[in-house]
Amino acid sequence: MRFRFTDLRIDTAAARRELVDPGAGGYASFEGWVRDFNEGQEVTSLEYEAFQELALKEGERILAEAAARFPIKHALCIHRVGRLGLTDMAVWVGVSSAHRGEAFDACRFIIDEVKHRVPIWKKEHYRSGDSGWVNCERCAATPGHRHAQGHDHAQAHDHAQAHDHAEAHDHAKAHDHDAA
Amino acid sequence: MNVRVDAPIRGLVLAGGASERMKRDKATLLYEGRSQLDRAVELVARHVDRVFVSVRASQGGDPARARYPLIVDSVPGQGPIVGIRSAIAAHPGNAWLVVACDLPFLSDEALSQLLAGRDPAATATAFISVHDGLPEPLCAIWEPKAAAQIDAFLERGKDCPRKFLMNHAVRLLEPEDRRALDNVNTPEEYVRASAKPTTAHAMQLKIQYFALMREQSGRSEETVETLASTPADLYAELKARYGFTLPREQLKVAVNSEFAPWSRRLAAGDAVVFIPPVAGG
Repeated sequence: MRFRFTDLRIDTAAARRELVDPGAGGYASFEGWVRDFNEGQEVTSLEYEAFQELALKEGERILAEAAARFPIKHALCIHRVGRLGLTDMAVWVGVSSAHRGEAFDACRFIIDEVKHRVPIWKKEHYRSGDSGWVNCERCAATPGHRHAQGHDHAQAHDHAQAHDHAEAHDHAKAHDHDAA
Repeated sequence: MNVRVDAPIRGLVLAGGASERMKRDKATLLYEGRSQLDRAVELVARHVDRVFVSVRASQGGDPARARYPLIVDSVPGQGPIVGIRSAIAAHPGNAWLVVACDLPFLSDEALSQLLAGRDPAATATAFISVHDGLPEPLCAIWEPKAAAQIDAFLERGKDCPRKFLMNHAVRLLEPEDRRALDNVNTPEEYVRASAKPTTAHAMQLKIQYFALMREQSGRSEETVETLASTPADLYAELKARYGFTLPREQLKVAVNSEFAPWSRRLAAGDAVVFIPPVAGG
């Protein structure tokens, strides 16, 4: 079970090889890509920054929780830090398991939890020349404001699932600016 | 050459508050076995010749207060500014070292600094709050000339002493003892305060800043010398220093690279990180 950061392009073929297991009959992966729009703004690039010491611990906890919840063989999550351009891969999650169902489920669980709990921050740079830390700046101006759509660049995610698990992690709840 | 004689200073301990949030009389709360009022009077008496206790008319018979020379509110209105005005009315030639009775951390050092920094030509000499940068009216020296200004202020229907100081010529001092003016208004604050040693000790903490916090503080890390005993106090202090825009409620905090409650007791050398809303993926 591994969670890690890289400031280089994510090598998905190498990552996938780490999940190979004779007992695994299925493998599912998720890639989050940098998208060219968010909240009506034209995005030109992103910067990711992480509090790595704590992020690695929290990431490992998420992978351990996934292994406890779903009968999986291996799971891996790699997150980029630094500056990324459009279409670059920001995050990769891979899971292998005996059957396909738990691979899909665990993969979904891991990316949802990572987005809510791991101390990683994303600064968007816009076509307008403006920039802003996602979830921090526009929200700060209007406390209590909740977005109808996620800030999510990588995927639309299922909040019922994320919240259901977030109970023990007050952290996830407090930081969740997306609408339930 | 004219020699100006400054008005002699008397002490005024304010004990007329309604203690509404505490739900019991703040003057009689105990710290280290003695009431706040007794401690405040003794503290002020170490710095000035005579000390009076300011009370409302209805409190004159209260035994905790009655053993001290009292100045009963004598002008219409309410709140501490009426107590201060009544003291000047009772002894027009004096300046007043005014101290609220609910400042359990107030120190001799703080009063010495205030007296040394006095500007008798100003309306008052006061500390700047470490929390919001505004004048602290209830540990301050009020000069006799404030009387007419207070009357005009009260006439306009105003009674907030802090607003009064903000609108008059006041000598402001940066408190060297940064915790001296923390007051205690609720039962929860009392429990916390009475558990703490009354002499605050500064300690060094290592702070790391990320993302928005890094940009707003202009630094990635620093070592701070602080009297803050919890991450909550520390954030309030640093928010005032750097103008952080995020309210504490939107943040998490980590101590020594693990999530921690805002009430965690900090120890010297702890590494603290404030965590703004995250956005991985």
